[in-house]
Amino acid sequence: MSLQKLMEEHIKSLREFANTFFKNKFGVIGVAILSVFIFMAIFAPQISPYNPMDVKSIGVGKPFSPPAWIKIFNKDIPDDSVFGIMGTDELGRDIFSQIIYGSRISLIVGFAASFTAVFIGTIIGLIAGYYGGIIDEVLMRFADILLIIPGLPLMIVLAAILGPSIRNIILVIGITSWPSIARIIRSQVLTVKEMKFVEFARAAGCGDNYIIFKHILPNVMPLVYVNAAINIANAILIEAGLSFLGLGDPNNISWGMMLFFAEQYQALLRLAWWYIFPPGICILLVVLSFIFIGHALDEILNPRLRLRR
Amino acid sequence: MPLLQVKNLKTYYQTARGYVKAVDGVNFQIEEGEVFGLAGESGCGKTTVALSIIRLLPPGGRIIDGKIIFNDKNILTMSEEDIRKIRWKKIAIVFQGAMNALNPVIKVGDQIVEAITTHENVSKEDAWKRTEKLFEMVGIDPSRAKDYPHEFSGGMKQRVMIAMALACNPQLLIADEPATALDVIVQAQILKLMRELQRKMNLSMMLITHDLSIIAETCNKVAIMYAGKIVEYADTKRIFRDPQHPYTRGLINAFPSIRGPKRKLISIPGTPPDLLNPPSGCRFHPRCPYTNDKCKKIEPELKDIGERHYVACHMSW
Amino acid sequence: MPHVVVISMVDEVLKVINLKKYFTLRRGLLTSLIKREPPKVKAVDGVSFNVKRGEIFGLAGESGCGKTTTGRCILRLIEPTSGKIIFDGKDITNLSQGELKPLRKDMQIIFQDPYESLNPRMRVRDIIAEPLRIQRICKSRREEEEMVMKMLEEVELTPPEEFMNRLPHELSGGQRQRVAVARAFILKPKLIVADEPVSMLDISIRSEVLNVMLRERDTYGTSIIFITHDLSLARHICERIAIMYLGKIIEMGDVETILQEPKHPYTQALTAAVPIPDPDHKREIIPIKGEVPSALNPPSGCRFHPRCPYAKDTCGKIEPETITLEDGRLIACHLYTGK
Ligand SMILES: Nc1ncnc2c1ncn2[C@@H]1O[C@H](COP(=O)(O)OP(=O)(O)OP(=O)(O)O)[C@@H](O)[C@H]1O
Ligand SMILES: Nc1ncnc2c1ncn2[C@@H]1O[C@H](COP(=O)(O)OP(=O)(O)OP(=O)(O)O)[C@@H](O)[C@H]1O
Ligand code: SF4
Ligand SMILES: [Mg+2]
Ligand SMILES: [Mg+2]
Repeated sequence: MSLQKLMEEHIKSLREFANTFFKNKFGVIGVAILSVFIFMAIFAPQISPYNPMDVKSIGVGKPFSPPAWIKIFNKDIPDDSVFGIMGTDELGRDIFSQIIYGSRISLIVGFAASFTAVFIGTIIGLIAGYYGGIIDEVLMRFADILLIIPGLPLMIVLAAILGPSIRNIILVIGITSWPSIARIIRSQVLTVKEMKFVEFARAAGCGDNYIIFKHILPNVMPLVYVNAAINIANAILIEAGLSFLGLGDPNNISWGMMLFFAEQYQALLRLAWWYIFPPGICILLVVLSFIFIGHALDEILNPRLRLRR
Repeated sequence: MPLLQVKNLKTYYQTARGYVKAVDGVNFQIEEGEVFGLAGESGCGKTTVALSIIRLLPPGGRIIDGKIIFNDKNILTMSEEDIRKIRWKKIAIVFQGAMNALNPVIKVGDQIVEAITTHENVSKEDAWKRTEKLFEMVGIDPSRAKDYPHEFSGGMKQRVMIAMALACNPQLLIADEPATALDVIVQAQILKLMRELQRKMNLSMMLITHDLSIIAETCNKVAIMYAGKIVEYADTKRIFRDPQHPYTRGLINAFPSIRGPKRKLISIPGTPPDLLNPPSGCRFHPRCPYTNDKCKKIEPELKDIGERHYVACHMSW
Repeated sequence: MPHVVVISMVDEVLKVINLKKYFTLRRGLLTSLIKREPPKVKAVDGVSFNVKRGEIFGLAGESGCGKTTTGRCILRLIEPTSGKIIFDGKDITNLSQGELKPLRKDMQIIFQDPYESLNPRMRVRDIIAEPLRIQRICKSRREEEEMVMKMLEEVELTPPEEFMNRLPHELSGGQRQRVAVARAFILKPKLIVADEPVSMLDISIRSEVLNVMLRERDTYGTSIIFITHDLSLARHICERIAIMYLGKIIEMGDVETILQEPKHPYTQALTAAVPIPDPDHKREIIPIKGEVPSALNPPSGCRFHPRCPYAKDTCGKIEPETITLEDGRLIACHLYTGK
């Protein structure tokens, strides 16, 4: 009976959280945009009309064909010079299908890289903040060094050394972006550890590990969520950047890589706007959706912001 | 003619969850030269009463109803310009926790000088001279006026706040928890100073505190507030000797004393109500040992039970 | 002094001998290059007392005199600089935290701030059960639940089912403090340090929490070190009391003796400053000058001498030792040492 009650309580608090979240404008917009992309990523094979990498398969158009609906504005364009809803690239591949498959890469890289960064950052922030002293000094100096080195060049070097693959891109982003998270977590740990309930636990005989994971971690978790959301946005941008510089995984099309090829084949000079806008806008939207979600989470989970209202 | 009359004052705070009925129909008056005490637990609306009198409510706070008559004029209908002439010059206030609000980077004396010159047309030199006199009056060496706030102890900062409030010879001084957060010895020093100044300047004073012992020592009259209302109002000696309202009785019983017979401390069951949704009828009824149906439904009025002893309770004592 | 230890096993639960705690202040790199010795706050500077079994021992004094620091040192929540702490006949001053763990069962703490002393993300049941789990007392979840329920009933959070699964923010300040009391008493400890347990609560609900605490102590015979700055309250709660000033105990003895006939000039000033909730009572205020000096640079000799109305030459030079008067009180003042 009491277990059931506990479950009810738990569900109630989840529902309460959902209620507040969906009352937040930013949260709703963010989740709405993100759901579209997640849907795209999951059902990519079903939605996309063509194989995005396929040049020779039937029905694929001429290189650099504009989208078919352009005919509404200009009836003179011959039928075989237009293609699909987003046109084709330099090899005549369907851009719409590429966009759909590209969402997979962006989201996978975003989530995985951010998870790596947040995981490392949280652990290091917890240890540095809790133990303090020399451990703190060493860890934070190390983090500072990583923070001082300009991020992109470091990543370019790392990506170049490790070679282009999705796994390596995730690793590179994860390794280079944990320090800022570690710093934020550490400062929160410093406040939480001074709270009396931690001393209360110590007086009951709780050990360090127990205190870190049972008492301190749950109280910094909100901050972890917020940072994870913001970090995903960051990771997606970095992936796009690396791919745009030609350091992406050539076996998997991603939005950044599309922009890379567009640039390579002088899409801008050819006025092939249909090649540039879709990946650009998608990157923008996904990044914005995570920033919105992060902002909403911050407002709900961070009591100081909530008080201000 | 009393110096200040507060009639049916209602002040609410607008919040996201509704109106906080912080002061809900409060009546009292302060005679010239009188020390009036306003006592009650945390959150019952004491500070809100004080801020309403000088019309300096925080954002969201609004005076809904009532009259505040000071020197025959209703403060609540005055123009902003007129009230500015009264505030600080006629009615001065020592804000709750104000001693921590001194600007840390400005010399203490300069802060008083600035306050004087913005309110009165006097030269800096004259204001400085007055500041030194004020320092002497509150028992601080005038040479310390050149120091910064962090060089002052808590008790000295509170003295400075009192000096600042008395700078323009006000008729009425409102002191909101002037001794809270200070150690007993310093607290006793501050209260002694206030009593002396009151007598010397024939000040009228309104002393706000949650500590009944301070009321007992300092005030001629006292009003006990509970959840936005005054529940009992009388001469201090009367209230302590013959408390009528069950809440006043409970509160007096809950106060330990360092002298006199040792007795068991008695508490009032339950907790003070949420002023967003105060209880119906008598606001004390959920905690009162004598509650009956009438208490739950009808709000008791503050009635004179003889010799200006006012009680708001349905029990006919 | 091993024989002292043996005697103390009989009727003393705690013996504190010459306890000192100096906090070293951290300084910037530059200042630490110039000056050799870092500044030290002498928060507790040679405090000795003992607590009898089942006794409520008061530790009183103005803010910053070292009450909390003493309490935390006794429980080894911070490391004392020097001195000895003998708990239940055992010297615990130098035990490691691991060796202390089983002893923690017998000593607990209650803090002042009801809003900070409970983990906001833990439910009441888990907060109260935590000491049981750490000490591995219960064999089954059911046994644990029963103990928690019984405890909730004892502190009058009834019906217990209703409070078990609440989060701290769903409780009022008084209810939180009762959760803290339940948690401190659940292991039936021999000693509890209660650090101003009610000073942040409204007056009307204070006595409720105190009465719950006193009843628990009657049931389990627990000794309590009751830390407070409120002498009126101390008088009603404690049996013996020690008055602290700037890290030292200056007078100690039976609570009525000390508060009704204080002998130390500081205790006299302190007790005279306490307001009395009775308008007919006119107290005479003993004028003492100024405020408590900084613990960074405590005055020489008797620490109270710059403010003492009776100070003589020796007071500024020689520190008065603690002596016992005929009525059993301990006092550290040259008016009584004869120097
Ligand atoms: N700016 C505000 N917005 C909303 N509610 C407020 C505001 N200021 C005060 N309140 C509420 O109004 C009520 C009365 O507050 P007030 O500060 O007058 O109490 P008080 O008696 O002075 O308490 P204390 O002894 O703690 O100073 C409280 O319930 C408080 O929560
Ligand atoms: N962690 C610390 N680091 C440095 N100084 C400290 C620390 N903790 C306490 N102190 C200092 O030690 C002295 C004694 O502090 P303590 O908290 O024991 O006083 P207290 O008697 O409990 O006071 P209060 O009544 O204000 O709680 C104070 O001067 C304080 O500033
Ligand atoms: S020792 Fe001297 S200075 Fe200290 S309290 Fe006694 S008389 Fe006063
Ligand atoms: Mg107030
Ligand atoms: Mg303390």
